Amino acid sequence: MTLLLAYASVVAALSSGLLALLGEHRAAWAGTARRAAGLVRTPIPANLAQAANHSRRLPHAWRRLVFALLTASGVLALAAGGLQLHAGTAVSGQLPFGLPWLQWHVRFDTLSAFFLVVLGLGVIAAGVYGPGYTRQFAGQYSFGALGLFTGLFVAGMEGVLLADDAYFFVIAWEAMTVSSYFLVAYQHEHASHRRAAFLYLLMGEVGAIAIILAFGVLAAVSHSFAFDAWRDAHVTPVWGTAAFLLALAGFGMKAGLVPLHAWLPEAHPAAPAHISGLMSGVMLKIAVYGLLRFAFDLLGDVQWYWGAIVLGLGTGSAVLGILYAVVQSDLKRLLAYSSIENMGIVFMGLGLSMVFIGKGHVQLGLTGLAAALYHVLNHSLFKNLLFLAAGSVVHQTHQHDLERMGGLIKRMPVTAGLFLLGSVAIAGLPPLNGFVSEWLTFQAALQAASVVDNGILRGMVSVAAAILAFTAAVAAACFVKLYGVAFLGQPRERRSAHAREVSHSGMLWAPGMLAGLCLLLGVLPTWALDAMRPITRQLLGETLTSASAQGWLWLTPGGVGTASYSAPLVLLAMTLAWWFLRRLEHRGPEAAVRRAPAWDCGFGGLSPRMQYTAAAFAQPVRRIFAPVWDTVETSAPETAAAHPLQVTALRYRLEIGDRSWRWLYLPLTRVVEDLARRTTRIQTGQVRIYIAYSFVTLIVLLGVVS
Amino acid sequence: MDWLLALIQAVLFMLLAPLFSGWLKWVKCLLQNRRPPPLWQPYRDLRKLFGKRPVVAETASWLFPVTPYVVFCTAALSGAIVPFFAVDLPTAAIADMIVLVGFFALGRFFLALAGMDVGTAFGGMGSSREMTIASLAEPAMLMATFTLALTASTTNISVAIDYLLDTGLALRPSFLFALGGLLLVAVAETGRIPIDNPATHLELTMIHEAMILEYSGRHLALIEWAGQIRLMLYGVLIANIFLPWGLAREFTPEALGIGAAAIATKLGVLAIVLALAETSVAKMRLFRVQEFLGFAYLLSLLGMLSHIILEV
Repeated sequence: MTLLLAYASVVAALSSGLLALLGEHRAAWAGTARRAAGLVRTPIPANLAQAANHSRRLPHAWRRLVFALLTASGVLALAAGGLQLHAGTAVSGQLPFGLPWLQWHVRFDTLSAFFLVVLGLGVIAAGVYGPGYTRQFAGQYSFGALGLFTGLFVAGMEGVLLADDAYFFVIAWEAMTVSSYFLVAYQHEHASHRRAAFLYLLMGEVGAIAIILAFGVLAAVSHSFAFDAWRDAHVTPVWGTAAFLLALAGFGMKAGLVPLHAWLPEAHPAAPAHISGLMSGVMLKIAVYGLLRFAFDLLGDVQWYWGAIVLGLGTGSAVLGILYAVVQSDLKRLLAYSSIENMGIVFMGLGLSMVFIGKGHVQLGLTGLAAALYHVLNHSLFKNLLFLAAGSVVHQTHQHDLERMGGLIKRMPVTAGLFLLGSVAIAGLPPLNGFVSEWLTFQAALQAASVVDNGILRGMVSVAAAILAFTAAVAAACFVKLYGVAFLGQPRERRSAHAREVSHSGMLWAPGMLAGLCLLLGVLPTWALDAMRPITRQLLGETLTSASAQGWLWLTPGGVGTASYSAPLVLLAMTLAWWFLRRLEHRGPEAAVRRAPAWDCGFGGLSPRMQYTAAAFAQPVRRIFAPVWDTVETSAPETAAAHPLQVTALRYRLEIGDRSWRWLYLPLTRVVEDLARRTTRIQTGQVRIYIAYSFVTLIVLLGVVS
Repeated sequence: MDWLLALIQAVLFMLLAPLFSGWLKWVKCLLQNRRPPPLWQPYRDLRKLFGKRPVVAETASWLFPVTPYVVFCTAALSGAIVPFFAVDLPTAAIADMIVLVGFFALGRFFLALAGMDVGTAFGGMGSSREMTIASLAEPAMLMATFTLALTASTTNISVAIDYLLDTGLALRPSFLFALGGLLLVAVAETGRIPIDNPATHLELTMIHEAMILEYSGRHLALIEWAGQIRLMLYGVLIANIFLPWGLAREFTPEALGIGAAAIATKLGVLAIVLALAETSVAKMRLFRVQEFLGFAYLLSLLGMLSHIILEV
């Protein structure tokens, strides 16, 4: 039953894509008719005019239908995932595709179900948000391409979640990667978008090769492509470690772990807003799913040093991601870097759980795993919310540079309110959901000291906790900067001053739904953690019993005495204190707030130019941690010709580059180019030489075969 | 009964916070050869501000008048979960040390946003500096509390202090490091010399004051009061974590009396130490703050590591 729902979801996604393509051609046909009507200056027959009118209305209806199907796909995925998670069992099936000796195996278990819930929520938001947002592309870009590749993208991700053999998994994985390449390159007239898309595709394929090699290890051991055979196969620790490291490289690249993250801050901002939301909110999580499936389920026998590696990578990604985010002045780029930070936090939780499980403390490992999974869900909600709200901002102000924004809280009140909630959630502040998962990660890290016997590892876990604390604090600074510069103060440019709230209600409902979920998951974390129990039961055979032992009010991982947090009571106490304060105030006409101009030190003429800019806000951080970035900062004064000491203007330039380019990517490209240049020597362009090559190769091959 | 006592403790915490800062000011004045204001001067100031009509800039949004309430609520709630003169109160289970730091961060988040809300240069400058300092101080504070958490293997402050009371006096090197770290953080977080000067209104030296420059009337009163609560909270945390003796463990009148007397003595002495420190050092340049806080962070981390290496 649930499997059928999941199939229906895939079909709905694909049909939404096909429908978009059909609609486009239909519109094109109608356009031809219109043009014909325009060219042939004869009295137009009534029916043709009606057809032309009809076709002009048609794209809107089509577009709504396409996105309705996409939303339906999300709802079906959510329903399938929720039901399967509730049932806590696994369903298997086979599809009549694939290789002659290997049909596509499908398995739908609780782990897939959880990620299908994450996907469903993201797709619903994208489907509700899309109709209003994509109107701006009408007539300029192909709606058919957007719809088709969105459908393929969603179907590919669902395929990855359902796959139960290596062949189907890789096909779905590639469908996901390639279709999202086209989505990144959607606004292709910008050279930067084309470059970002190519980089994305290149790194995606390199990652895919690493994943295929990791699968190859297990396929060689078990002589089969089916995951079932892999589960029973016995892998030696050395080969297991090799396979794990390859998988970590492949999936880590897709998840945007430092130093394999270079594509992410380029590709995510280039895509349309709802696609950015899907990529950051869902696709990165699919990579986490892949690693979880591979390490915990297929390989089994988790080693503690794998966990140490994952923990190190996660910690590095978290701190570098947020340090890069805090200095960005581009709205969507900042959000993309913040995704790297959050994926780092997820991998920290994963690493901790692997360390514990490898050391044989399964209950503690469950805390880390619960933290990681909860952060997966949370991040998918608030990052999607922020990308959608940012899309609304870009849509209304036609710019994504923070330095040109300001004062939007008065011009786009609802979007600004939703963005504020998302910012509070992502900065990891109570009582919202981001705080809960970071709190759980801290709890897992703190429990390491008492059980892990290796001193170096204990020290490493403590340092990781220290770095996580630093990351959370910088994240708060980062989102104060983002929100303060973009939404508060006074508009720095005319286009921001004339911005209006979005007109299409879907563009408010989609982030609104996500904001509601953020609040709900922040206040009632025990419910969410209880719903996740079947996953750990299936993966590890145990469940985290203590977390909600005290009922829905109290979150107590590791028992009552160890740690407890009650988000509902916190919210209640805050509300009560608020109400009490309002009652205390003595109300009357003389107590009313008086409005007056802002204080200008008596000089007059406060202008929006005098506000703090995004670059200025981050300057102290930039100065303190200067070695982290590749910074080029120049300021050149221009002087008047008559008076060389009189400065008329000041040109200031600030470029902040990613260090990983200079240290990793550029050397690599140089090596590749070098090798390519050397291989050209054997290409003489003479046919007889090529024949000789073929001949020698044949001889060698014959020697090998016989 | 327990809940009632917890509520009384929370309300007392709120009401006594101005007295603590009054006492601090009094000691400082005596040290600097000035005539001190009466001890209850902060109460008078608060009353005066509460009676005044708040002025809000025309450019401000709804966030500006809402922020003081958020800041005050988070501070009051923090006061409610920290053991003041008694441990084992039921409110302690609502939130642990990490949540406490989260409350601080939440209040600061909104205050920094309010600083940017009016759209003047001062506000943005204050917000930027405050968030920079916080991003260094907050982790140092978490690390210092983690040392306690690791020792008692719990993050619940009340349970951890109970554990310390049970084990009695033991010299732990990790605690010395953590105490140093927490003291430095407390100075930075409450905006005292040498990081920030609560009495200054010079443009280039303001940090906290720059953010709240536009506030007036009851809004300002709430923010000032929240600041006083935060100052006392750091004092109570330091006093009760590193010298927990005297805290009431059963709720009898004499035990509670001893607890109240103990915390009053500890805070009185702590205020004298703080006043001495403030009088004897000069304010730092802004970009030396990172060294100060980096040192605090290092001390806290050393505390954690020395616990892990020496004491497990």
